[in-house]
Amino acid sequence: MSRHVVLIEDETNIAEAIRFLLTRDGWSVDVHGNGGDAVEVIRAAGPDLVILDLMLPGKSGLEVIQELRAFDDMQDLPVLMLTARGQLKDREMAERAGVTRFMTKPFSNSEVLTAVRDLHAQAYQDEPALPDQGASS
Amino acid sequence: MARDTLTGSRIRERRLILGIRQAELARKAGISASYLNLIEHNRRRIGGKLLVDLAQVLGVEPSMLTEGAEAALIASLREAAADAGTPVAELDRTDEFAGRFPGWAEVLASNHQRISRLERTVETLSDRLTHDPHLAASLHEVLSTAAAIRSTASILAETGELETEWRDRFHKNLNEDSLRLAESSRALVNFLDESDSSSERRGVPQEEAEEFYLAHGYHFAELEEGRSDPKALIAAAPQLVSEAARVIARSALEQYQSDARKMPLKDVSQVIKQRGLDPSAIAQRFQVDLPAVLRRLGVLPAEVLGQEAGLVISDASGSILFRKPVAGFALPRFGASCPLWPVYTALQRPDVPLRRNVVQQGRSTLGFECLAVAWSHVPGSFDRDPQYHAVMLILPRREVPTDSQPVGATCRICPRQTCAARREPSILKEEF
Repeated sequence: MSRHVVLIEDETNIAEAIRFLLTRDGWSVDVHGNGGDAVEVIRAAGPDLVILDLMLPGKSGLEVIQELRAFDDMQDLPVLMLTARGQLKDREMAERAGVTRFMTKPFSNSEVLTAVRDLHAQAYQDEPALPDQGASS
Repeated sequence: MARDTLTGSRIRERRLILGIRQAELARKAGISASYLNLIEHNRRRIGGKLLVDLAQVLGVEPSMLTEGAEAALIASLREAAADAGTPVAELDRTDEFAGRFPGWAEVLASNHQRISRLERTVETLSDRLTHDPHLAASLHEVLSTAAAIRSTASILAETGELETEWRDRFHKNLNEDSLRLAESSRALVNFLDESDSSSERRGVPQEEAEEFYLAHGYHFAELEEGRSDPKALIAAAPQLVSEAARVIARSALEQYQSDARKMPLKDVSQVIKQRGLDPSAIAQRFQVDLPAVLRRLGVLPAEVLGQEAGLVISDASGSILFRKPVAGFALPRFGASCPLWPVYTALQRPDVPLRRNVVQQGRSTLGFECLAVAWSHVPGSFDRDPQYHAVMLILPRREVPTDSQPVGATCRICPRQTCAARREPSILKEEF
């Protein structure tokens, strides 16, 4: 089973830590540090899941998710967004734009792993049925 | 129930504290012991000269026995009850509580005021977090670095076997990030220190200004005698922490100074001695307008004025710019006041002097004579509308004049049942 994640995060040390964790968990991880061409990078990679930071150089995570969801084949792609506290307004907008789940910085490693596993399970185990929003474990 | 139900109880309590026998107090006040007994058990209303005599023997202000200082306290307690949100069972016994446990009531009221202040501080701070991009960026930097450190550190701590290459890399990252965190948190602290954070800490600039006036008893002898100026007084005031409060206090003091120059203390006190408290006579004598006279009278010491006085200055929005409280007349600390106050009536008829006797709804037995007038604080022109301010001088009267108009403090704590001016329901169920 393919488990491929694209991580859009400009903080290299956070990116490195997440990459390490997910690689250990059996994922293949592509890291990209710029919002400007993030949509192209994601479309070209065709991952099973995207982790997207909200504050990015070039283009904000909010813009990225909006543009991404405009493509037909990107409607169901699970997107985990990383935000910092105090960005409530941005977060509400991102939710409307189609973010699947949020995680607030600073987060623990186990939170990242759990979130990624859950999202993947929800999106792909029930296929082709619609993902069950309430499911989690 | 009638108001002033506890005047007798307070007389009794005060007498017992002083250890005076009933018969002795009665004799000194020139009444029979049985009559005093009826008074003490709240079976006879008391007022006028007898009240003054009793108060004198007991060594207190008459208003302390009827109402006085408690009016403001009870208003505060009611505000506290209203803000608590939950139904308060003994709202109808607020006056009893304040009467029997004045110390505890004071604690509760001042805590409530403190909470209101702190709530404002929190509001200001959260507004700031939302609207200040620099602060948001600083905080984001700190949180991001903390996130990186946390992830890296827990990998090092929780992963059992880690290849040397990875471990070294994470150690290096950790070192870099901890440096970054030290720098970004220092930057954040600097940012908060440099900006005017003091005002946020204190909350409401208006309150700082009021503390400052209060510390001077609303009278500035240095300004009266030309020994100092507003700028110097403000610079030396420990109460004025924020820049906003200093601006507010300065404009008030400049007004004070200008009024005091036109009506010097010695001269104005002489006119009052000769002619009594007659604003028109004072206006004529000093060739000044009535608003200036009312402002001046409102801040004169009680011994010069011959009695206590309160003062309220409002702008056209009804916001209170300056307030000097007077015993028995409750002024809300925050939020809108009672629209029935003569100061607001005056705003509807600029330049027309108004004299109104009012009685504040509640348990007060005190009447007040209010003198109010609105003046164009910024004159109008064909290109610009005039800006009006209004001033109201509040003079306590021993008896409630028969033509007194009922007014409140603010709707939420006003017991008046059928009031056309009511904005929102009252939390009180008492009827008067």
